[in-house]
Amino acid sequence: MRREDTKEEAAFRAEVRAWLEANAKPRVEGPPQALDHSPEAEARHWEAAKVWQRTKFEGGWAAITWPVEYGGRGGTPIQQMIWNEEQSRFDVPAGFIAASLGMIGPALMRFGTEEQKAYLPAMLRGDEVWCQLFSEPEAGSDLAAVRTRGEVDGDELVINGQKVWTTSANFAEKGFIVLRTNPDVAKHDGISFALIDMRQPGVEVRPLVTMRGDRHFNEVFLTDVRTPLDHVVNGLDRGWPVTTFVLMNEGAFIGTSSPVDTSATALIRHAHETGRLDDPVARERLGEAWARERVLGQLQDRLKGALLDGRMPDVDGSVLKILTAEWGHERAELATWLQGADGLLAGADAPEAGLWQDKVLSRGLMAVGGGTLEVHRNGLGERALRLPKEPRFDRDTAFKDLETSR
Amino acid sequence: MALELAEHNLSEERLEFRDTLRRFFEEHAPITEVRRVMEEEGTGHSSALWTLASEEMGLAGIAIPEDAGGQGFGLKELAIALSESGRHLAPIPLFASAGLAARVVQHVAGESAEGWLTPIAEGHAATVAWVEADGDWDPAATTLAVDGSGDDVTLTGDKHFVLAAGAAERIFVVAREPGTHCDEGLGLYVVEGDAAGLVVECRESVDVTRPVWTVRFDGTPAQALGPRGAAAPGIRAGLDEATALLCAEMEGGMRRVLETAVDYAGDRFQFSRPIGSFQAVKHKCADLLIDYEGSRTASDGAVVAFDEGDPEASILTAVAKSHLGPAYVRMATESGQIQGGVGYTWEYDAHLFFRRALASKAILGDESTHRDRLARHVAREIAGGEA
Repeated sequence: MRREDTKEEAAFRAEVRAWLEANAKPRVEGPPQALDHSPEAEARHWEAAKVWQRTKFEGGWAAITWPVEYGGRGGTPIQQMIWNEEQSRFDVPAGFIAASLGMIGPALMRFGTEEQKAYLPAMLRGDEVWCQLFSEPEAGSDLAAVRTRGEVDGDELVINGQKVWTTSANFAEKGFIVLRTNPDVAKHDGISFALIDMRQPGVEVRPLVTMRGDRHFNEVFLTDVRTPLDHVVNGLDRGWPVTTFVLMNEGAFIGTSSPVDTSATALIRHAHETGRLDDPVARERLGEAWARERVLGQLQDRLKGALLDGRMPDVDGSVLKILTAEWGHERAELATWLQGADGLLAGADAPEAGLWQDKVLSRGLMAVGGGTLEVHRNGLGERALRLPKEPRFDRDTAFKDLETSR
Repeated sequence: MALELAEHNLSEERLEFRDTLRRFFEEHAPITEVRRVMEEEGTGHSSALWTLASEEMGLAGIAIPEDAGGQGFGLKELAIALSESGRHLAPIPLFASAGLAARVVQHVAGESAEGWLTPIAEGHAATVAWVEADGDWDPAATTLAVDGSGDDVTLTGDKHFVLAAGAAERIFVVAREPGTHCDEGLGLYVVEGDAAGLVVECRESVDVTRPVWTVRFDGTPAQALGPRGAAAPGIRAGLDEATALLCAEMEGGMRRVLETAVDYAGDRFQFSRPIGSFQAVKHKCADLLIDYEGSRTASDGAVVAFDEGDPEASILTAVAKSHLGPAYVRMATESGQIQGGVGYTWEYDAHLFFRRALASKAILGDESTHRDRLARHVAREIAGGEA
């Protein structure tokens, strides 16, 4: 259970709520709407998100925990949590922009030069949105295997290669990219982290359609793309620490809330209304899903509780990530199972406008995005349980001599 | 190096209490002693250890009020003790006496419980017999009917799946008024261990360190606790708390199973590497941790809910029991698997925990029972909200 707000927290919450009431529409529970993954719908959503970012900026809410000097509010993680709780009751296009800010902003504050930090205000206003150019066809879980080349030419870096899984690259004005700048040294030692302009010749963005039919992700082909050398963060060949820092911040933003109630309670309500609850097998499976939801809630409270009290959490975040992914998917499958033959329908014709089918088909978002479940299990084994690492073959060999997929 | 999981959720005092208990069980209930009792006593019970635990550590009366001779702590402290006893498979009736009998008696007898609780707090072990041959853990399934009027009656019939009946000096029996059904007419009756016509039979159980018993009554004298025929709410409240406390005991065993697997995976070399460096083994260990973290949070959530008077405590208990039952079995299974061939031997302890897990999953209702209860509960809440 969440503890009561302190006096200061309650005052902050009231301020947040008053501002949201004045600037946003409350979320109304209605019949589920069919999901629209069309490019037009995504473009509309993107514009709305930029407007919302601008509105938040003008109200002073664009980055609660950022220092005031960078346009933030200088607030605490608890205040951020309060903001998130309050915002979730409003119908606002929260999502990628805030996630993008959360990844690149802290990295620039930590590693950036004054000139690089000058990007922060436009970022906060939503005028320039940044995309993350990390993964490549040959660099997935093994991100340090990036091959996209960055070659120094005078006071510029010339970039050639391909990135993949780049969220919103088709909309973003700027990008932060992980590059191979020196293939003659061991792989972690030849990586640079650079800032680039996405609106220049040589940047070709192709939508990557996922199995559920959305186009959030893109492939990005880079041909003789240029960026000034002073846009390299933390120095040439010293990009790996910046990259891991960004990845650490990324985990916190994976998993967004659904526009309608997808809880086990909602499933039980539906089963109750349709008479499906008379089936003891359905009851047992629903009871299991409901229990899991409570256990996950208790685990989240344990993490949050530690944050609120300023203690070290005693549960690893990967435990929550794995359970959220696996139990969330099983709940969606259960929902379509409860629908019987109707469960094989999809889209607006399906029960609840196909919301659950869409959830089943979006499994990869949580099970692969933000680190595969296997990578998280490695993390639990090595970090939480201190088990020995796998022997590695890529530490002492020059990157260009490493074996790769054939 | 032994695995030490972070434990920031326990206060200094509780951590110290836990460590004291751990040292006590390590000294007095090492696995060699557990096995000796298992093989020689056949009852799963060491009276010498129970006397020591009661007199030296006060374990028998941790959560019994001070007025009744106990230590007056909450269920959380009792849960810590049960967790440590579950970690060591300690051959003492801590769960049956302090976790089950004392809880049911306190809720049924209310104001007049003191006289019954004092002997339990002093270490005179007790247990509760309510399940019958059909194995239904719901007290509403009781068919045993009392004979006679007033508070002194006789019982004739059988009770099954009774814990620690061989160690108990008193057995609290759930029986009903003749001709009643479901919760109506249920009462709690005490039978002295030396009562006429009482026979206790040890059954061979899958859990070799904690047998279950069949208790037979033949015109056996018994005395009513609380008002006759109106004990169902108290019995249910006591059994709910007992279920949360059984989860705490299971949590201790689960932690031990996790630690054993991780230590083994770090120490055992094959192909010139610790086997824990192989992903196949590392991921199994990660899954043990995932099962354990959900379980310790769920069992703690249930126990603390009772201490805080949370009206959802009973529901959180069903959440916990439905989660821990299969999780403990999974963990004990995979922990044994990680230990390979030796994990399959009688000599290694893996099977003792596997056996405990199988029995604990069944006792006080398996996951199916609790999940069904949860689904019905949520549906009722929804219907209530609409009315």
